[in-house]
Amino acid sequence: MAYVAPVRDYQFLFENVFKTDQYSNLKGFADADAGTVAAILEEAAKFAEEVVHPINITGDKEGCTLDPITHEVTAPKGYKEAYKALTEAGWTALSGDPQYGGQGLPHFVNTAFSEMLSGASSAFGMYPGLTEGAISALTAGGTQAQKDLYLPKLISGEWSGTMNLTEPHCGTDLGLLRTKAVPNGDGSYKITGQKIWISAGEHDFTSNICHLVLARLEGAPAGVKGISLFLVPKFIPDADGNPGERNSLQCAGLEHKMGIHGNSTCVMMYDEAKGFLLGAENEGLKIMFYMMNNARFGVGLQGLAIGHAALVAANQFAKDRLQGRALTGPKSPELPADSILVHPDVRRMLLESRALIEGGRAFLAWVSLQADLAHVSEDEKEREKASDYMGLLTPVIKAYLTDKGLKVTQDAMQVHGGSGFTEHFPASQYMRDVRITLIYEGTNGVQALDLVGRKLPSKGGRALQTFLGEIDSYIAAEEADTKVPAYIKALKDTKAKLFDGTMWLMQNGMGNPDAAAAGSLDYLHLFGLTCTAYMWARMAKEAQAQIDAGATDPFFDTKLKIGRVFLERILPDAEAHLIKMKAGSDGLMALTDDQF
Amino acid sequence: MKILVPVKRVLDYNVKVRVKSDQSGVDLANVKMSMNPFDEIAVEEATRLKEKGVATEIVAVSIGPAQAKDTIITALTIGADRGILIQTDQDVEPLAVAKLLKAVAETEKPDLIIMGKQAIDGDNNATGQMLSTLLDWPQATFASKVVVENGEAQVTREVDGGLQTLGVKLPAVITTDLRLNEPRYASLPNIMKAKKKPLETKTVADYGVDVTPRLKVLKVTEPPKRSAGKKLADAAELVANLKSAGVL
Ligand SMILES: Cc1cc2nc3c(=O)[nH]c(=O)nc-3n(C[C@H](O)[C@H](O)[C@H](O)COP(=O)(O)OP(=O)(O)OC[C@H]3O[C@@H](n4cnc5c(N)ncnc54)[C@H](O)[C@@H]3O)c2cc1C
Ligand SMILES: Cc1cc2nc3c(=O)[nH]c(=O)nc-3n(C[C@H](O)[C@H](O)[C@H](O)COP(=O)(O)OP(=O)(O)OC[C@H]3O[C@@H](n4cnc5c(N)ncnc54)[C@H](O)[C@@H]3O)c2cc1C
Repeated sequence: MAYVAPVRDYQFLFENVFKTDQYSNLKGFADADAGTVAAILEEAAKFAEEVVHPINITGDKEGCTLDPITHEVTAPKGYKEAYKALTEAGWTALSGDPQYGGQGLPHFVNTAFSEMLSGASSAFGMYPGLTEGAISALTAGGTQAQKDLYLPKLISGEWSGTMNLTEPHCGTDLGLLRTKAVPNGDGSYKITGQKIWISAGEHDFTSNICHLVLARLEGAPAGVKGISLFLVPKFIPDADGNPGERNSLQCAGLEHKMGIHGNSTCVMMYDEAKGFLLGAENEGLKIMFYMMNNARFGVGLQGLAIGHAALVAANQFAKDRLQGRALTGPKSPELPADSILVHPDVRRMLLESRALIEGGRAFLAWVSLQADLAHVSEDEKEREKASDYMGLLTPVIKAYLTDKGLKVTQDAMQVHGGSGFTEHFPASQYMRDVRITLIYEGTNGVQALDLVGRKLPSKGGRALQTFLGEIDSYIAAEEADTKVPAYIKALKDTKAKLFDGTMWLMQNGMGNPDAAAAGSLDYLHLFGLTCTAYMWARMAKEAQAQIDAGATDPFFDTKLKIGRVFLERILPDAEAHLIKMKAGSDGLMALTDDQF
Repeated sequence: MKILVPVKRVLDYNVKVRVKSDQSGVDLANVKMSMNPFDEIAVEEATRLKEKGVATEIVAVSIGPAQAKDTIITALTIGADRGILIQTDQDVEPLAVAKLLKAVAETEKPDLIIMGKQAIDGDNNATGQMLSTLLDWPQATFASKVVVENGEAQVTREVDGGLQTLGVKLPAVITTDLRLNEPRYASLPNIMKAKKKPLETKTVADYGVDVTPRLKVLKVTEPPKRSAGKKLADAAELVANLKSAGVL
């Protein structure tokens, strides 16, 4: 049941669907021509399949261990070696700024690599994943001296990063945060407080760990307006930038949890630890949001990646498992039974999953391309549009892809029958690992509130208008002589529902915020379905074009068959989401607390 | 010291081989192709010799279709310095390959040729031996360890009885076995550098070699399906069976 990375799918997306070679004039893109990207995908897949995947199951069984005396954490066997191989091969530096030793390749390439890493082992992939987030926060808010000191080591992977928001009484509601910061008088600060559930908070494979910690200065305003961000290194860098004095912070405990056992989830104690301010006082959240947006994209990716891995396992299982006979007559009369692939219900599970994964992957790749355009496009309008899209679509990526990642993983388990419930097959681990993606980095419910309450109204609704406008123009351009009319019609219908839902929110949500909140997750799903319908229309067009041009690769025919399942069996959910959101909140708010 | 490494584009070792319905050969349409694993070991060995300061230049050469360029790029990613593609869409038999490589060796003048002991498509295990004969260079086949010192290569070979160590004077031909080394995983900077390394494209005519096939393929078929085994009651029955099969 080995992991198989989606190399061919990414090749198709970059080369045929998004045609990334058209951007070769942009910074970083010149090096990412189709040939090079193909070579990178091949080698990345090999690394993920052969070096990372073998430690996934063993890491799950062994977990992390904390030495109660030294407070050092040891990751499962093989993690340290795999991390060393990862950094030595230069993978952590893929999209890093060349000024600080990075390879400077576009984000879309990094997205493909990250999906492979996460799919091969999500718990392992989180270690470099959090460092990537720390890099984005430092890039956004660090002084030049801080960047010069920390970025090269984080990009090379020699040091790692973490994100410290959560405290025992403060999860979703960051305004409740209590960790305290006191100026030392020399520009540094004393940080004191307890953080919980800090992923990759302590481990044994880098010579330093850079904690990005949210804390409150004495006398700072209450709530979210009084939060500052500090960089608190495990070892304080000396004058030469090498790990020096041990800072007064430690891992006080490891969480016992349902999944991602290979990742250390730490209680972190800061006891007058030395920290350095990132950005301005009381404006920490602004910079932390760079890290959080990066991490939200990364968690959406993780949901999709685990879903893909689970589906790969289910496909392999289904081909081998002989049980029952095809209803239309035995398919393999020489065997005691047919493979379960003959059963329509098994196919329903495998193919709905595949339609969700391939549509979701296109959505992820497309948004990652927006991340590139937001930075390097030479056209100011395009930069603005791409950056609007990033804001608007990040909560959709996070919540839609993780909700669907869970559905796919669950169906993959179901295909396994009783074997899926045992630990002899990987299905149960995927199920346990994927579950957290709906929770951390802001629960999916909170993502939906972010979409409806913040992202839609932002800048007078500019992002949404641009997005709907892009889809309208696409339909207008294709409608007349499309070779895939079913997809254009489906996109048109789904977009109309999204528009309808948006109008409903404007008319009913303003006066009654509960009504907007009650329907927000359904609205987010309607949004996700519209995005993936757009992606499927574009994929179907290119697959059909290849077939019409005489391509014999069965990949294209398969793509259209999966697309059909998307149209017939996934997209109808849009209707239900619209109906549910329009039910408003009255039914939910009708109960008194005593009735629960 | 210069090393020449021939590399072949073959069906990926993970691909399930399918025979064409007209039995004329193996179906290569739309299947994944990769570098012959034995050749990867050869490139890795050459790269290690270069890293040790023994070799100074590694030239990878491939004979095959335009896509064999990707195979050369894989070699450049591992550590070869430049590549030569002799482009042809014809099926080139071992003897013709050996003749082409001899011509390349005469212009490149390498001190050592390291190549796979066989390619996993035809499994002929012939080209290295033919090449050494044509060049009149010593050969050491099935290498599991190679040490190069003072104009000589000490090669440990895997033979039926165990291990044999030969000393061959350079220039020589060495063919690799599976246990010689474990090829490295490509690093990202090396992938990026590979495409900037020189890669020349030549034709068969440039070397004046006649590659017309000398063998005629009658038909290619799948190996017979394994028939079901038999369950035996005890050791005595096993012995009886082996005796009647003439094994004992
Ligand atoms: C394995 C793991 C790793 C983690 N890693 C990190 C890390 O590296 N760094 C870090 O800082 N944190 C980390 N966390 C914390 C994580 O981000 C939080 O658990 C998450 O944000 C939810 O907060 P909470 O657990 O306090 O839940 P709560 O905020 O208590 O939420 C409970 C429920 O109420 C809902 N809810 C809460 N507030 C609202 C609201 N305003 N509107 C609607 N619904 C609401 C939520 O959606 C949820 O369903 C990690 C957690 C886990 C389990
Ligand atoms: C914890 C646990 C406790 C158990 N306890 C007991 C017990 O006490 N006694 C006992 O006898 N058994 C027990 N079982 C076995 C359990 O009942 C079976 O696992 C279950 O019936 C599914 O069978 P299977 O695992 O062979 O899956 P399979 O039959 O191989 O099914 C695999 C997949 O194919 C589908 N499928 C199979 N056939 C068809 C078909 N004809 N049409 C459509 N879809 C099909 C299934 O829906 C499933 O998705 C237990 C299993 C577990 C995991």
